[in-house]
Amino acid sequence: MRVSVRKQPSWLQVLLILPGVAALVVTFVFPLLWLARTSLQPTTGHTLSLHAYVRLFEDSFYWWVIGRTIFIGLLCVVITVPMAFPVALFLARSQSRWRGTLTALAIAPLLTSTVIRTYGWMVILGRHGLINTTLVWAGILAQPTRLDNGPFATVVALVEILLPYGIISILSHLSRLDAELEQAASLLGARRLQVFWRVLLPLSLPGLMTASLLVFVLAISSLVTPQLMGGGRVFVLATEIFNQTTIALDWPFAGALSITLLAFFGIFVTLYQRILQRVESQS
Amino acid sequence: MKHDRTVRVAWHLLIGLIYLFLLAPLIIVLIVSFDIRPYLSFPPASFSLISYARVLHNPLFLQAGKTSLLIGGCSAGLSLIVGTSAAFALVRGHFPGRQSLQWFFLSPMLMPHIVLAVGLMMTLQPLGLLDTLTGLILAHISITLPYTTRIVSSGIAQLDRTLEEAARIHGASPWQSFCRVILPALRPHLITGFLIAFLFSFDEAVIALFIAGHRAVTLPLAIYQYIQFRTDPQVASLSVLVVLLSLVPIIIIERLINLRRAVGG
Repeated sequence: MRVSVRKQPSWLQVLLILPGVAALVVTFVFPLLWLARTSLQPTTGHTLSLHAYVRLFEDSFYWWVIGRTIFIGLLCVVITVPMAFPVALFLARSQSRWRGTLTALAIAPLLTSTVIRTYGWMVILGRHGLINTTLVWAGILAQPTRLDNGPFATVVALVEILLPYGIISILSHLSRLDAELEQAASLLGARRLQVFWRVLLPLSLPGLMTASLLVFVLAISSLVTPQLMGGGRVFVLATEIFNQTTIALDWPFAGALSITLLAFFGIFVTLYQRILQRVESQS
Repeated sequence: MKHDRTVRVAWHLLIGLIYLFLLAPLIIVLIVSFDIRPYLSFPPASFSLISYARVLHNPLFLQAGKTSLLIGGCSAGLSLIVGTSAAFALVRGHFPGRQSLQWFFLSPMLMPHIVLAVGLMMTLQPLGLLDTLTGLILAHISITLPYTTRIVSSGIAQLDRTLEEAARIHGASPWQSFCRVILPALRPHLITGFLIAFLFSFDEAVIALFIAGHRAVTLPLAIYQYIQFRTDPQVASLSVLVVLLSLVPIIIIERLINLRRAVGG
């Protein structure tokens, strides 16, 4: 027989949740509000002012930076998601006893330092690195070239850093799918490629979209990789925010840049939700 | 059927190559860490443990290691206590706005770290907490709390309520049943929550770059500052040690409740 446990008094619940709410208000909500407030700080006087935003949007350099940020973000999505998809597919369908280990191996890099993985790419792409040494040895290059500096290196490293996020979001969608559906399609005589295009791809679409969104938002807000691998030549919103806060010490302007980044974040998340609704209502 | 076989081999080759790409930086860092040359190049000229010995005698790195362990331990511990307490109310409570509060506790996960970092910097500066251990611990609570809350919540949701009821029927006080029944049953989730929080704090660099760097230097910061100016095998050895240190919690988490579920897949 089930005996119901006496309902706990509600003051206990308030007491339990209060420290958490307080911690989030102090370390999360307040800093964001203060950031918004600082971005509206005038150069003189006490009233709020939009001058930091006006300066930002009147300067064509910052439009270029925003465009560049979105371009690098999209480039990362276009390369990362097609790489993550086969791995997720493999892990979702594998019957191997190594499946658990291989899944952990694909996710574990997510929990290792971005700084260290970026450093690894500096070694691989560096002047005396793996790629250059191999190319010179093979006679393709007469002299080592600089690969470790600039947009190319930044995108390569970002793709590798974001790959586990792509794999995990596609995998979690695929494991909810019915493996039998695919089997049924192949039993009915559909060719492998047809199964892929007609069944697997449309079914995986929501997972691919979640992966795209995640990779995109993480790419446009990443700082360490463009800062270390950009060689001072990759200007994205994140590096501009860093320079404005630590070198130029223009906090209202850094605040305006951060709020702008957040706005783009919001726009892309909303877009994603709209498209996802449409995709899900169709299937 | 020969065609089928070719397709299978090609498919596994593709997966293998993607794995190689994913693990390439860590493998290369491991190889380079045994080199002795003062500059960075590949392949290594020798096999030696000299740079490991140098790392272990470098006061800068040792200090950063202590700082990182301290900040990781404190922020993960606080985050676990606060998160566990909130998780009980969020899962079992009956109050208006419970769903919104659940969302609120997860919301820092969606916030780009760089934006949060700027906000934290502007908040900590007037309080005199920039470049201090306290500041870093506070900052890392905000990014780890969603994970501890979520992991412990899922543990509470899976609890077998009949066990608690049995304890209560047999005369255990609420406090006794909490200590003797609930906490032991939640142990894997509590440990996982702590370790995930520790790892996120231990590897975090973006927020640390904004709010610390002179007096309070964490390991990722120390590596960042080092490789900005020079790259030699010493920093490779340090990186290998840091990755090995992260590997211990990762393996424990995988054994306890599986890495994928812990990260949120």
